[in-house]
Amino acid sequence: MLDKARRFRTEDLSPVDELERLLERCRASDLNAYITLNGDEALDAAEQALQRLDEGDDDPLVGLAIAVKDNICTKGLRTTCASRMLADYVPPYDAHVIRLLRRKNAVIIGKTNMDEFAMGSTTVTSAFGPARNPWDPMRTPGGSSGGSAAAVAAGLCDAALGSDTGGSIRQPASFCGITGLKPTYGSVSRYGLVAFASSLDQIGPMARSARDVAVLFDAIRGHDPRDSTSAEAGCPPIPLEGMDLRGITIGVCRSFFSEGLDRDVERSVRHGLAVFEDLGAKVVDMDLPHLRYSVAAYYLIAPAEASSNLARYDGVRYGLRLCDERDLMEMYLATRSAGFGDEVKRRIMLGTYALSAGYYEAYYHKASQVRTLIAKDLREAFSRCDLLAGPTVPVTAFGLGEMVDDPLSLYLLDIYTIPANLAGIPALSMPCGFDGRGLPIGLQLMAPGHREDVLLGAAMTFQDHTRYHEVRP
Amino acid sequence: MRGIEAVIGLEVHAQLKTKTKMFCGCPNSFGQELNTFTCPVCLGLPGALPVLNAKAVELAVRLGLALNCRVHERSLFARKNYFYPDLPKGYQITQYDSPLCTGGYLDVEAGGETRRIGIRRIHLEEDAGRSLHDEACKRTRIDFNRSGVPLVEIVTEPDISSPEEASAFLKELRSILLHLRVSEGTMEEGTFRCDANVSVRMPGDSTLGVRTELKNMNSFKNVRRALAYEISRQASLLASSRPVVQETLLWSASARRTVPMRSKEESHDYRYFPEPDLPPLLVDRMLIDRVRASMPELPSERRRRFMRQYGLSDYDASQVIATPELADYFEECCSLVDAPTDIAHWITTELVRVMGESGDTPLTTRVRPSMLTALVSLVKAGRLSGLMAKEVLGRMSKTGEDPAAAMEDLGVEQMGDEDEIRAAVRGVIDAHPDEARRYREGKTQLAGFFVGEVMKVTSGRADPKLAIRIVREILDS
Amino acid sequence: MRITEQEVLHVAHLARLSIGGEEAARFRRELGSILEYMDMLSEVDTSGVEPFVCVHEQASATRDDEPAETLPLRLVLAQSPAAGHGAFEVPLVIEEG
Repeated sequence: MLDKARRFRTEDLSPVDELERLLERCRASDLNAYITLNGDEALDAAEQALQRLDEGDDDPLVGLAIAVKDNICTKGLRTTCASRMLADYVPPYDAHVIRLLRRKNAVIIGKTNMDEFAMGSTTVTSAFGPARNPWDPMRTPGGSSGGSAAAVAAGLCDAALGSDTGGSIRQPASFCGITGLKPTYGSVSRYGLVAFASSLDQIGPMARSARDVAVLFDAIRGHDPRDSTSAEAGCPPIPLEGMDLRGITIGVCRSFFSEGLDRDVERSVRHGLAVFEDLGAKVVDMDLPHLRYSVAAYYLIAPAEASSNLARYDGVRYGLRLCDERDLMEMYLATRSAGFGDEVKRRIMLGTYALSAGYYEAYYHKASQVRTLIAKDLREAFSRCDLLAGPTVPVTAFGLGEMVDDPLSLYLLDIYTIPANLAGIPALSMPCGFDGRGLPIGLQLMAPGHREDVLLGAAMTFQDHTRYHEVRP
Repeated sequence: MRGIEAVIGLEVHAQLKTKTKMFCGCPNSFGQELNTFTCPVCLGLPGALPVLNAKAVELAVRLGLALNCRVHERSLFARKNYFYPDLPKGYQITQYDSPLCTGGYLDVEAGGETRRIGIRRIHLEEDAGRSLHDEACKRTRIDFNRSGVPLVEIVTEPDISSPEEASAFLKELRSILLHLRVSEGTMEEGTFRCDANVSVRMPGDSTLGVRTELKNMNSFKNVRRALAYEISRQASLLASSRPVVQETLLWSASARRTVPMRSKEESHDYRYFPEPDLPPLLVDRMLIDRVRASMPELPSERRRRFMRQYGLSDYDASQVIATPELADYFEECCSLVDAPTDIAHWITTELVRVMGESGDTPLTTRVRPSMLTALVSLVKAGRLSGLMAKEVLGRMSKTGEDPAAAMEDLGVEQMGDEDEIRAAVRGVIDAHPDEARRYREGKTQLAGFFVGEVMKVTSGRADPKLAIRIVREILDS
Repeated sequence: MRITEQEVLHVAHLARLSIGGEEAARFRRELGSILEYMDMLSEVDTSGVEPFVCVHEQASATRDDEPAETLPLRLVLAQSPAAGHGAFEVPLVIEEG
């Protein structure tokens, strides 16, 4: 991506031609990475970018084609959340991050496929059909930001935005062999991100390299007064060069290398840790006793918030409406039953149950207390190390039809990514090898809140000394 | 039924007087075209987020301090989940187990004694939109202009023992809301709404009876009637050993009875949980101190001061402080002319009347305080009769003229010339020889009759004090 | 089973979802096994532990009481499945009582 930004200025490469070429590729692609392509408006934006380049605008994002997950509101451009409920919904306003990108003359190339309302880790629950993994089209690209990950990996855009509630940027990044960052909670405005679980959701950048990710993160981060959970403090300036890893301590959570971890994944991640050691970092084992409860706590808190966040889809003001002839209750039931897919319904029901009279204490409240303990474990860990490292996902990309009937098994695959969301800390996944079938493997790094500078600096250094992120499907 | 005790607790909702809504910058205002004061936040569009209005917090703190509450430096917002077409997000943002203010009280006077009513809590929440039912078309239309308007909910302890006490509490509370400029507080327009919890028990019983919740009482009169009805309904159940069912009842003003609300089996499972879009509400000591320091005078204090400083009667003082604007108007008049009782009288009767006719308030009426005091001075100086002054005031209210100009326009000037009045008196006595005879025989109260006739023939222009002197002079001689 | 079919139907109704008989049985099975997994939380001693509230507590998350732009009525109603008389329309709501 940065390479292209340079060629816009040094060679006679035009963002208009580049966009046309990309749109052509997107139309020819079978990956179903996009739900909506932004044709004419994107071309106008590219024309404008060309003008800005001629005027000497030196912002690296000018004219670059950014794919946007379809749960981020784009004014005048349909935003579906991959749901029947919002299949024709056109927002009347831009999300904060979209405003920032437009201001920088980046080009929104299209809206990417995802799991319905970001609930899932396969992009199979999309009402627009599953997205496919560019490394093997019969496999899932992961999810929920599967379309964004597939688009980046297949070269259908220069970089992408995803959202991450329990791993939805990092897990597909891992499955598709790209780099993805879930920023510190509150460092990127959620205004205009269609809410799944408000206390966990965070928008983040996805691209080939940590350097590209850093540039995009720098463009979208910052305090936004329209998001009350937006942090006033941010991280220190983001480096664009790697950092000296000597003197850096990387903690490894012992329980991350236990049962259920694929052998190829373990081998590659251990190899990645060895690379860090070679570069001068100290790697130490650590125990974080409450992390094993992450999945249980998360799958109560996130569905509880989701059950409330999705109550607004009632057919009254926008979106799908069915059976509105006679009775309001009939309209509610018909609209919501037809508008939501199975996974969304499952989570709404789980969350409603966890909040309902008689169960609140045992489920939602208990989970919130455990969340406090998980955040505390991580805080304490960071008093003894600078970064935590481990696998992003226990497995590599699986077949499109696999696991669809086994929700709990799918949930358990989120075990490594969820803790960062529960604690609100930044985490990143980057490629660190391939399994026996040639499918990419991701290594996850976590840092204390607002230390994306360290997280990205370490990842850049790693990528300066490895080639995994440069291999293309 | 005599001797049965009623136990009443009130829940009052008052709309806060802010320029904008609770969580977005849309105007907090009414009577506009449907759905024109809306935005992504108050329409509950996907992706929109709430941001708390600092002024709403300040007003709630002001109310909390006035009601002697503890104002918490940290409180939480929560979501109350239920489906209703005019509730755009499918939940209401409110405060639940950690409200802004707790543990206060308000002293009210009812039945000649002062009663202290405990305030359990005061919290902030947002209003819903409005549903307009069109029976003919079988459609309900939703207007979201009211959606997200800031409210305070004030919950009392069950310390109220009669409908009269409840009414006195509500009137005092409303007066406080007005004087603190926290709320407009008009019950009929729904900016001040009240629900009640009611139970009855035998005297001396320490446990509370089963309570019912009363809704839809949209005037002070309806509150009194609904409570009285419900208390006697429960008392007769108790008398005949039948159980009171815990339920929500609606007051039907037309039928003058309470009717059970259609039961919804899950209506009480609101699934409250902490609002994840809003961090805890932090109110620092400095803000609380600043609000305390700038606290306007409470209506009870102001009433007592008016009695002390201006020598007003309890009744006149209460009338003058009906609204803070009227009380301000009164004080401005008093700073111009030293005649507080006359001014109070003119304000609470005549000024209020002409404002009612023109739909004005003390702030908007064309009769400015200096003009009213000029009028009162003319009356006191005997240059205008009370009757004429009323007419002049009416004219002033319509045209905005000062008293002199209004008098000229109306062609009224008090007849101050003794000879002129004397001539009129003679004419009247000549025209009524019978009455003159009876006066001379001792029926001296007929003097008033003669003065009235004099006023008639002079079109009210004669100075009545002068006229009665001359009547007596002539008839007594 | 952690959850009865009755509860599944009750929760579905609270969430305004209509669930058929076969679906109810399937959801019961799935939710049951998920809730069984959640039982591990009871191992954790949480006495005296505050529930997690938010990542950043900051005093300034309020706005001044200044009017902002409203949405033009055309856009307000543009996405409405049924608009009329400048409002959103739904089937007649029978007022409670």
